[in-house]
Amino acid sequence: MYDIRELYQQLIIDHSKNPKNFTVLKDANRSANGDNPLCGDKVTIYLKLEDDVIQDISFQGSGCAISKASTSIMTTSLKGKTVEEFQTFFDIFHQMVTTGKTDSIVLGKLAVLSGVHQYPVRVKCATLAWHTVKNALEDGIRKIATTE
Amino acid sequence: MLKTVKNSVKNDSNFIDVEKVRRDFPLLQNHYNGRPIAFLDNAATTQKPQVVLDKLNEFYTQYNANVHRAIYHIGEQATREYEDARKKVSDFINAPDPSTIIFTRGATEAINLVAYSWGRHNLSPGDEILITEMEHHSNIIPWQLAVKDTGATLRYIPLHLPVDGTLDLQSLEVNLTNRTKLVAIVHQSNVFGTINPVKKIIKAAQSVGALVLLDSAQSVPHSKVDVQALDCDFLVFSGHKMMGPSGVGVLYAKETLLNSMEPFMGGGEMISTVSMEYSTWNDIPWKFEAGTPNIAQAIGLGAAVDYLNELNMESIHAHENELMDYASDMLKNTPRVILYGNGSKRGAIISFNVEGIHPHDLAQILDQDGIAVRAGHHCAQPIMKRLNVPATTRASFYVYNTKDEIDRLCEGIEKAINLLC
Repeated sequence: MYDIRELYQQLIIDHSKNPKNFTVLKDANRSANGDNPLCGDKVTIYLKLEDDVIQDISFQGSGCAISKASTSIMTTSLKGKTVEEFQTFFDIFHQMVTTGKTDSIVLGKLAVLSGVHQYPVRVKCATLAWHTVKNALEDGIRKIATTE
Repeated sequence: MLKTVKNSVKNDSNFIDVEKVRRDFPLLQNHYNGRPIAFLDNAATTQKPQVVLDKLNEFYTQYNANVHRAIYHIGEQATREYEDARKKVSDFINAPDPSTIIFTRGATEAINLVAYSWGRHNLSPGDEILITEMEHHSNIIPWQLAVKDTGATLRYIPLHLPVDGTLDLQSLEVNLTNRTKLVAIVHQSNVFGTINPVKKIIKAAQSVGALVLLDSAQSVPHSKVDVQALDCDFLVFSGHKMMGPSGVGVLYAKETLLNSMEPFMGGGEMISTVSMEYSTWNDIPWKFEAGTPNIAQAIGLGAAVDYLNELNMESIHAHENELMDYASDMLKNTPRVILYGNGSKRGAIISFNVEGIHPHDLAQILDQDGIAVRAGHHCAQPIMKRLNVPATTRASFYVYNTKDEIDRLCEGIEKAINLLC
């Protein structure tokens, strides 16, 4: 029997109730919207990108505990990271939530979301913000990401 | 003395022995995480009794053959069973003749059939189709596509505000004019459970010469529906929501309409004669059933109709009303629960949210205790917009559900509150 507490760990509940960087970033030079049509989750990512480094990042939106916590923890992890480092993070995170294979040294706190791989329907909740950051970085103009 | 006997017979027919009913459903014998499965998502689909599964097996093991073609005996038997199923469905909704029953892939396809075969040939600029804000997407999109192709206009009867799960029927007078060619309306809401006053709406539509299509996907499985008493022009429903197999649905339409309508799809079976230049069409209903039909599914649906008749539709409805009253009371007394919809006539569907918990998180936590509910927009995004929520949780009941399962639902909600709030 798989315990639901493996999925809803305290850190996830804390971030979903009190998300970090949950604000509009005034001096953002990149932003993108993400949309999960299946459950109506919406997220807007704001980025301040300078010389390929994510100087600052924030988000707004509404969603389930998994999507909110994933977005919140992601923002705390990406500050100061280069675009290339983001890509590495993205790949390792995606692998974790789809297969359960965790590289906790690289992922740090994000490893708390490894339980998601047990629930394939929830992978989209956990990855929506990541896809949205990718879109914001790729072309900088507002773009709708979906997890479809 | 006679009166007493009659009463006792009536009482018996109203009684559903739910434990006995449950034994007819193999899936309900399963456990998940050590708990029996509480299937509370019957507005999405329903479980199948053994008699339906046996019927599918019987078809494939004893008389699997194509229908209306074969000269050999199993082909004849397949045809007989397929047409018997049509007769059973016809009787079930009191259609005047089995030829007015078209087997489709589902309720969605049945609406699309009308939108193409009737809509594309009868609508022109200036004409209006009237639907409601309460519709499932399957009764919105086909009409949006039809007006795009024909230049007709799509109008809506809005939800009553503040939202109580009913329609703003006062707007009927404004919206229903001699430009209205069709009123397409949901019989019972898949979000609120509201049973709309369709008889009144049909009368009003007839007074301006408009046709009426009823989306009865949520009503036919749960109560006695009589197409002749309603006097609707089209009525659609799906087989899998009434214990039948997936992949079969039904369009009922008045005979004169079916005879005047163009075919939906072209192919085998639906023709009378074919030359390289032109073809003529088969009689109804076969004119609308191109290609090899969903034979096994239709025969399975016939078995489901037999099963429902045996339980008695009035008894099913009474059992569900009791469950619905109980669920409403229990959920009202569960902390943080916000209920949506309180129309006076409702089927066994209840939509709600738990303050501070997203429906997906709630459904996930309930699932751990073997409780299956739906979380999402229920293919009714205009309603979600009116409720100003991204999604709701929905519990929907059928004849095999119990009060104990509702208790478990409420316990599960409290567990989710303890975990997440």
